[in-house]
Amino acid sequence: MFKDHAKIIHAIFSAGEIVGRKKLQKIIFIAKKISFPFQEKFQFHFYGPYSEELTLRIEELCNMGYLDEVKEKKAGYWQYRYSVTESGKEFLGLHEISMPALDDCLMDMNQQSARFLELVSTVLYFDSLPPEEVAEKVFTLKSKQNYTLEEMADAYAYIDSLKQKGLLQQAAGRATV
Amino acid sequence: MAYSAEKLKEEKVFKDPVHRYIHVRDRVIWDLIGTKEFQRLRRIKQLGTTYLTFHGAEHSRLNHSLGVYEIVRRIIDDVFKGRPEWDEGERLLSLCAALLHDLGHGPFSHSFEKVFDLDHEHFTREIVVGNTEVNTVLKRVGEDFPKKVADVIAKTYQNKLVVSLISSQIDADRMDYLQRDAYFTGVSYGHFDMERILRVMRPREDQVVIKQSGMHAVEDYIMSRYQMYWQVYFHPVTRSAEVILTKILHRAKHLYETGYKFQQEPVHFYSMLTGNMSVSEYLKLDEAIMFYYFQIWEEEEDAILRDLCRRFVNRNLFKYVEFHPSNDQMNKLMELNKLFRKAAINPDYYLVVDSSSDLPYDFYRPGEEEERLPIHLLKKDGDIRELSRESEIVDAISGKRRTDHKLYFPEDLLWDDSAKKNIKKQIRRLLELE
Repeated sequence: MFKDHAKIIHAIFSAGEIVGRKKLQKIIFIAKKISFPFQEKFQFHFYGPYSEELTLRIEELCNMGYLDEVKEKKAGYWQYRYSVTESGKEFLGLHEISMPALDDCLMDMNQQSARFLELVSTVLYFDSLPPEEVAEKVFTLKSKQNYTLEEMADAYAYIDSLKQKGLLQQAAGRATV
Repeated sequence: MAYSAEKLKEEKVFKDPVHRYIHVRDRVIWDLIGTKEFQRLRRIKQLGTTYLTFHGAEHSRLNHSLGVYEIVRRIIDDVFKGRPEWDEGERLLSLCAALLHDLGHGPFSHSFEKVFDLDHEHFTREIVVGNTEVNTVLKRVGEDFPKKVADVIAKTYQNKLVVSLISSQIDADRMDYLQRDAYFTGVSYGHFDMERILRVMRPREDQVVIKQSGMHAVEDYIMSRYQMYWQVYFHPVTRSAEVILTKILHRAKHLYETGYKFQQEPVHFYSMLTGNMSVSEYLKLDEAIMFYYFQIWEEEEDAILRDLCRRFVNRNLFKYVEFHPSNDQMNKLMELNKLFRKAAINPDYYLVVDSSSDLPYDFYRPGEEEERLPIHLLKKDGDIRELSRESEIVDAISGKRRTDHKLYFPEDLLWDDSAKKNIKKQIRRLLELE
């Protein structure tokens, strides 16, 4: 029970701190797509893959006192900063979660911009389509982001590098959750 | 005349308790309604296990699908038609997507999807683009038409205005289910002035916006959504039934995986259990099939499966206590877990925490960080503003975070002192039942 909650705390704890709800959504989606065992269901929304379940879970974790949420005013919008509280660390101690390769992937993703992660997550969302159709989806559905072909190539290369890290996880044995 | 433009000689109308009448004039829509995949939705309840709490909630996904179609038809034909931002060439596509948006739902799909890792949206797409009667009808419109319909339903179609009619924070889907669910459950909340909302909707490049003068009608809609969430969708008794149903499926899966010999082979479950389900197999599943198995499993040798099925079929549900998952409470939960095992009541099936995040319903969110597109009001000067920035009522609701967790257990077993009397007494004390 609460294993799915614990996995989210684990992810934020591994990243140290995640700035931005959008970034958090994309990071968990990407981690799930590259085979880490997150259970939240994602759908495609106006701004790309989004999970209402994840949003609610984050709210629950904040209400439980396991996550700290700091609201910061930015130019024209609010931004939210998430980190794990001391109680959250204790809670994590009650659950056996081991996803060693995830830590590396999370640290890496956390250093990327939300814009790039939005592109990566969109590419991954359409990963069952051939590359030319993926490009068409990105350029039509994300037309306002003006992504370039070069950025698309970067996204594919980045996905490959994350998948390599994910393979290390498999080589080291399945994640313990 | 092209099939896509073909009209019925006489308009067909369906009597409907929510919209009074549902009007069909397009041949394509009429043909889609007659397909076996659409008719299957009659055998799937819109609200799953809610009928065990609100006995009127027996309405089907077919009722709701027709309702969503009717709302979209009215928006397009009565409000959008002739406006420069609206492309009339998208009319039929929008109507088809509205009618078919729930086509891939299975019986009790929320529990099913969790246990068997299925996704009804995946099946909706497969039914629309695969070898089905629905696909045959859609293909008569155009070779790529089924794919377009599937893209609209998946929210990945290029025209976001069309997508937003069926899927946004104020869409035809929600407007129908809120009113329909309120009607069939018999609750007094859930009502709002849809006529007014439809009249103030305006098409824009990427979404439907609402004229500022209609803000109060939208406030009412947001309030009804909020009330229905807590009073109907998240009702603790419904959740108890959902918990038991989920545990039945978990148990059946576990038994299959451990080589248990069922008295009657659960053939309809095999492809699910092996993770290899085809569309045609999926389409055979409905609630009648599910209840058939629940009833025969009431006589199974496995005591857990037998007991859970009897509970579900006869509405002998789990009781609950509020649960706040502080670290103290988590330690208490672990203690309860041990005591349940000592009392020979398997906690994997009989001690369950259910959280608000487990539900497939949501509140209004202002989308402060571009997570979801919020509701936008169209001001007189042409500017658009997010709803909660203009409405104090909406701001108050969307700014407050309310979550909920409950701990479910079979109280009757805990009061059965024929065995493990002292341990059960300890459990009852921990649960504060005595």
